[in-house]
Amino acid sequence: MIAAANVDVLRPRHLKDALMMLRVAADEGRPLVPMAGGTDLFVTLNAGQKPAARYLDLWRLDKLRSVAADGRRGLVFGGLATFTDCIESKAVQKRLPILVDAARQVGGVQIQNRGTLAGNIENGSPAADGVPVLMAADATIVLRSLDDERRVPLASYYTGYRKTVRRADELIVAIEIDVPDGPQWFHKVGTRAAQAISKVVMAAIGHRVALGSVAPVIVRAHKLEAYVAAGGRDLAEAKRLAGADVSPIDDVRSTAEYRRRVVENLVAAWLPSLDGGGAARPAKRAAGLDKPPASR
Amino acid sequence: MKLKLHVNGEKKSVDVPPMKRLLDTLREELELTGTKEGCGEGECGACTVIVDGTAVNACLVPSCQVDGCDVQTVEGIARAGGKQAARLHRLQRAFLEHGAAQCGICTPGMLMAALALPKRATLDEIRAGLAGNLCRCTGYMKIYDAVAQFLDGERR
Repeated sequence: MIAAANVDVLRPRHLKDALMMLRVAADEGRPLVPMAGGTDLFVTLNAGQKPAARYLDLWRLDKLRSVAADGRRGLVFGGLATFTDCIESKAVQKRLPILVDAARQVGGVQIQNRGTLAGNIENGSPAADGVPVLMAADATIVLRSLDDERRVPLASYYTGYRKTVRRADELIVAIEIDVPDGPQWFHKVGTRAAQAISKVVMAAIGHRVALGSVAPVIVRAHKLEAYVAAGGRDLAEAKRLAGADVSPIDDVRSTAEYRRRVVENLVAAWLPSLDGGGAARPAKRAAGLDKPPASR
Repeated sequence: MKLKLHVNGEKKSVDVPPMKRLLDTLREELELTGTKEGCGEGECGACTVIVDGTAVNACLVPSCQVDGCDVQTVEGIARAGGKQAARLHRLQRAFLEHGAAQCGICTPGMLMAALALPKRATLDEIRAGLAGNLCRCTGYMKIYDAVAQFLDGERR
């Protein structure tokens, strides 16, 4: 149980009020911590982390709870769109099916019903399941403050471990994606099929590759991408470059050595699918690949 | 803060800190101890309740976010009093028939998660819908069987 008695929660009904509250709090030097579904926040509080003094409860900002198609290939997610919203959206199923795959692997249904894409991004976990897909899709984060709105590419949103470019007076109000062309591919390697935080997670759209749990932040595999974009298909070289793109560590869930090996295995599983090859199913015995990856 | 909500169809009003977990508000303020705390980190689903029709982990929901909501807990699904065994919910009877409970700690959460499933759920959808509920005794098959039988009955 958390020491909740002295914690203040502001509960705006409208976005404008929320932005005003954030501004005032930032100006006073007592920033508010935005809270959506609480699925990450309460895990740390229940584990004994001292709560922040003040939270901004976003849950009543219903207008942000939307997922919509935009133009021919675009998707726009409101700042409160949950993983369940993503799973149920026809537009996401059609245009970015690997986000549905990723969302289905975020905790159980109870977490998917409450956890939001924006929360997954802002919380900044290097193991976030949804973020690699968004990063491979070149997503743009829309940050709004009381008098300004700016768009930041997700690829430059993180400045360090759990650190983002969001200012204290800003809120993620939307995530915009113009889904790139190319085969989509997603695979998460965890301890078990459900309810496991990833040891390594990889998402790819065409030659765009994002990897999770292998660096302080979710990363794009730039060296690997440049190689395959130029037509490179040699597996040994692709593995070597992917290895140079990541900097995994030993932690409670896995070891650096295991993660490097799994990154190589994932690259081996993914590479043939890039040219529409049917060989997207890896050998079942390959380390960390106990089931075929989702390939579309 | 003053919180007004419906719990199992009854109007309730409680005065709790806004960040108090829904789980604690249910157990300590409303004395509904059927909802269990397992892991306290959203892994085990023992604290699953239904808020406005969706399954949530009550250990991860701040009480302020259920103000004005309709909350269903395991206490609400069977009618109290009288010949209780006969008045159990059909899902509870299916659990009994299939031996879908052993130690029982996961059962309230399993029941609530199962009640949030779509009526047409296939076996795969039942598995996915209950993936957030851990049972360390039964091996799950009896639970899936019970839920499948219940949903089958609902569809007729």
